[in-house]
Amino acid sequence: MIPKFNGLEFGIVVGMFAVVTVIGFLATRWRRGASLASVEEWGLGGRRFGTWVTWFLLGGDLYTAYTFVAVPALLFGTGAAGFFAVPYTIVVFPLVMFVAARMWSVCHENGYATAADFVRGRHGSAILALLVAITGIVATMPYIALQLTGIRAVIETMGIGGDWPLWLAFIVLAAYTFFSGLRAPALVAFVKDILIYVMVLVAVIYIPYKLGGYDVIFHGASSALAAKGYGTLLSGSQYLGYTTLALGSALALFLYPHAVTGVLAARSRDVVKKNMSLLPAYSLMLGFIALLGYMALAAHVKPVGGTAAKPDTTTTVPVLFNTMFPHWFAGIAFGAIVIGALVPAAIMAIAAANTFARDIYKPYFRPTASDREEGLVSQIVSVILKLGAVAVIVSLKLTFALEFQLIGGVIVIQILPAVVLGLYTRWFHRWALAVGWLVGMGLSVYMLYVTKSLTANHFGGASFALSTWGFHTKLTIWTGLVGVAVNLIVAAVLTPLLAWLPKGRDETTPDDYLEAEAPPIPA
Amino acid sequence: MNGEPQPRRTNRLVLLLLLVPLVAVLVPWIYNRSGPSIGGMPFFYWWQLLWIAGVAVCIGIVYRATRGSR
Repeated sequence: MIPKFNGLEFGIVVGMFAVVTVIGFLATRWRRGASLASVEEWGLGGRRFGTWVTWFLLGGDLYTAYTFVAVPALLFGTGAAGFFAVPYTIVVFPLVMFVAARMWSVCHENGYATAADFVRGRHGSAILALLVAITGIVATMPYIALQLTGIRAVIETMGIGGDWPLWLAFIVLAAYTFFSGLRAPALVAFVKDILIYVMVLVAVIYIPYKLGGYDVIFHGASSALAAKGYGTLLSGSQYLGYTTLALGSALALFLYPHAVTGVLAARSRDVVKKNMSLLPAYSLMLGFIALLGYMALAAHVKPVGGTAAKPDTTTTVPVLFNTMFPHWFAGIAFGAIVIGALVPAAIMAIAAANTFARDIYKPYFRPTASDREEGLVSQIVSVILKLGAVAVIVSLKLTFALEFQLIGGVIVIQILPAVVLGLYTRWFHRWALAVGWLVGMGLSVYMLYVTKSLTANHFGGASFALSTWGFHTKLTIWTGLVGVAVNLIVAAVLTPLLAWLPKGRDETTPDDYLEAEAPPIPA
Repeated sequence: MNGEPQPRRTNRLVLLLLLVPLVAVLVPWIYNRSGPSIGGMPFFYWWQLLWIAGVAVCIGIVYRATRGSR
């Protein structure tokens, strides 16, 4: 089925995109310091964001458009297991509250802009810092690409063919982010989040009203899922997979460079801590968005795009909106999803570019680079990353990219021992951490390689079937958790064994981890 | 009642509040059932959605108890 093009819908989406573009360029002037030409100013907004800006920035950053289309698509396809996104975004905040606060303090005191900066200073190891930097960049790149699938789902649903809208959207995004840096997505995030909240509020009241209530929705979903062998409750063999996926994803989330950037851009330690109790508001929104998948089942929605045999399930929510809402509101909702993809894509590209400039370019290519040069490298790399993401997404098959994102979390969690444990202790030897990383990463990639899915023989997802290793069980476990456990064990065993090797110099002091406030803004 | 140790001990106990939401949503044995449902929504769903408010309250209390402390 090819969806019908609607001029009003298209006009509203284009109009919203234009407004956001103007805001993006105006952001250059917003609370700017002496000059934008440094990683500090361009890439961290001068570390001056207060409670509300940080809330919008982190919310816009962590709850991406991909989440809005992929999570309901998961419930649409596999039922209760897809709801893991809710416990995931609940447990992340108590887990990271004090970790993020310590991270903010030590980075603020020592001028660190990335996790790799911190690792270099804390463990006195250039190799370990390089491993952390590469891990972050590699895990982020497919995540940027995935934001495009959110935009593409909307474009397909609106009945527009071709890849030109993706190119256009990202070229414009790259242009204003080049000039405004982190200030652009921070300002645009206000617009994005207000639109998304409105969209969700209307959707969770209006759609159940039209369908006849949540009773009808859950019954309809239940019978539709039963036909596929799934249900609206977990089966006993899904418990371990559900829990480890939620816990592991939560542990991985704040290790991504874009999450670190969002935390470090805050003005004070208290701003970071306070946000951990304010950010769950987004989780509530996500929980209701997830249920849109069941509403789509109850409404007998047929995803579009892809091939006739295997339609693009990420279009589930856009198609639901198209069938349920009048065109003008569907247009607003589509615009919200598109803007919701631009904000995180911009922050991810900035964070990965900062990491490249600070932790790869400067130490390995130009040790004498000035702040200005470092900032410029970061600006240029952020453009390359965005356009590279479009090139990857238009040339690779979609399903391939989705699997890469699942792999992102498994990869990024391998820096947990060096970064998170490093915030609390220097007991671990730098070489033990490096070898632990190598073994954990190697094992994880191997486990991912042997994981099959319905459509692929390798890299078929991040849920590892324990039967692969000869256990007589249907249980699955999140691959990253196994990898990081082995990583930790190796690091702990090797630390005493490598005591004869020199320890790295720690340039931080215990007081650095407790520093509370940024100095006042110079007039 | 005099000075240092007393407030610090209170702070430590408050931190246990952070564990409550972890247990509540990471142990599916607690909530993987359909009843009692609210407004047609099975227990599995409203229990986990409710804990979003729960986690915000728990962290809010911990934040107030540790605000400005080093």
